Amino acid sequence: MAKTIVEKIFSEQCGRNISAGDVVMAPVSGAMLHDITGPLAIDKFYEMGGDRVFDPAKVIMMFDHQAPADSLDAAENQKKMRIFAKEQGIYNYDIKEGVCHQVTMEKGRVSPGDIVVGGDSHTCTYGAAGAFATGIGSTDLGFVLRFGCLYFRVPETIRAEVSGRFSDLVGPKDLILKMTGDIGADGATYRAIEFCGETIERMGMAGRMTCCNMAIEMGAKAGLVPPDAVTRRWCEEYTSCTWKEFVSDPGATYHSTRSFDVSDLVPQVAVPHNVDHVVDVTAVAGTPVDQVFIGSCTNGRYEDLAEAAQVLKYRSFSNDVRVLVIPASRTEYLKALRAGIIERFVEAGALVEAPCCGPCMGGSFGLIAAGEVSFATSNRNFRGRQGSTSGEVYLGSPATATATAITGKITDPREVA
Amino acid sequence: MSSITGRGPAVCIGDDVDTDLIIAGRYLRTKDRSVFQEHVFEDLDPTLAARLQGAVLIAGKNLGCGSSREQAVVALQQAGVQAVVARSAARIFFRNCINRGLPVFIVPDLFCHEGNEIRFDTEKNELSIAGKEVRSLPLSARMNEILAAGGLVSYIRRETGR
Repeated sequence: MAKTIVEKIFSEQCGRNISAGDVVMAPVSGAMLHDITGPLAIDKFYEMGGDRVFDPAKVIMMFDHQAPADSLDAAENQKKMRIFAKEQGIYNYDIKEGVCHQVTMEKGRVSPGDIVVGGDSHTCTYGAAGAFATGIGSTDLGFVLRFGCLYFRVPETIRAEVSGRFSDLVGPKDLILKMTGDIGADGATYRAIEFCGETIERMGMAGRMTCCNMAIEMGAKAGLVPPDAVTRRWCEEYTSCTWKEFVSDPGATYHSTRSFDVSDLVPQVAVPHNVDHVVDVTAVAGTPVDQVFIGSCTNGRYEDLAEAAQVLKYRSFSNDVRVLVIPASRTEYLKALRAGIIERFVEAGALVEAPCCGPCMGGSFGLIAAGEVSFATSNRNFRGRQGSTSGEVYLGSPATATATAITGKITDPREVA
Repeated sequence: MSSITGRGPAVCIGDDVDTDLIIAGRYLRTKDRSVFQEHVFEDLDPTLAARLQGAVLIAGKNLGCGSSREQAVVALQQAGVQAVVARSAARIFFRNCINRGLPVFIVPDLFCHEGNEIRFDTEKNELSIAGKEVRSLPLSARMNEILAAGGLVSYIRRETGR
């Protein structure tokens, strides 16, 4: 019977014929823990009678949400995880590599056809590698650490077919925001989203990661891009995996199909306080902002920083705006550094911080005060997400964020380019 | 299989209440759980926390969307919420409720007023809202067993005889 990628991955990993809707106990190829949800997962592992983790080589650990430790509590949490890693023989990337999803991908801990779980909702990012990856809570993660498997309800798939070429300074973030606005914050709950079509085929891994990253903002369990030549090149560069190519069969049964044409797409902005509240940048242009954040697992890669630099050119950022640039990982930081992009940001007046989640979770640093407005390239604009409850967060692409940082008000990047 | 039954007054919240609103990121580093009950729903309505003891939380669609933080469920339990009823719930939050033994009911056409008396029985997929019976979407037998055991940890300890 014709199958979707998701059905094929579960069938392969479970060694039997599996279809959407089945509830299965499936082995996992990787389990990711970070400093916020990891400590609780370790507690649950022990409470469930855990002694040794199922396979230390399949456990991925790093600290990014409150890294370097921003408080005594964070320091204690990280110490607890370091001790656990040592005792269990788990390789710990600690605070030195960057944001968990970027690090998991660039360290080659994910391959096409894998089932990967993580104690973070944006674990769906790894679908860019053609893996089935999903976020889980700490108790489920403790269960995985102990048993190496987890119950899954195999999701139906929404096929998102994307066609057309992006205009200048319009890209993957604008597409995924547009899609989130159309599908809605719960429009894909319990489903997988398969991103396909000519636009996705032309897209590099960075853009594919941006799209898969935000699948959760539509409630999806996973977002996936069918493995192709782009994936294969990425695999050869970053992983030691045996190439397995799972693509949906012609005639596979989908929950639904949605078509998107990016030819006429203009820069998109998610306005406070919901990610699916998405408008054309022109609808909010002129809104004064107090802070701009360029970074995160959504848009902190070299390609994103290069897009920002392309808009910035030799200008300076507005004196009325605090600009935080945080590369998603040490590797991406180095790429940008060597390309001279970091120097440009610093000259223009940005604070370039070491790779971490930064203000995205509103708990560490770079918070906004009451009544302040942030424009960010991250993935959530929930009330209070970046600090004060009465602050406001707008989301957009690196290009739009940079244009906004130059003028001090939300700006269409095509106007300053 | 045993069930969890209870009754309590409805405390109502709206649609798309995300886990950041249930417990904000700035409180997640703590190991002191009393911090959770103090600050639960702080960014949504700071007066809500004091009304949750013994209450049944009634929500609109997409409850618990966003972050996977299980601390959101811990915060509701610490604050004394007996059960959660929603028109729909985000996947990770829903699963976290089951895993922590917090009864969760999905009633797509849910209609309820603040303070209505809610009675619930996890095994029957049935609720009484202000005396009116409503059906909730059925849970799988395994989910009901995990709930009845008080959560996944107790369930596993029982299954593995530890």
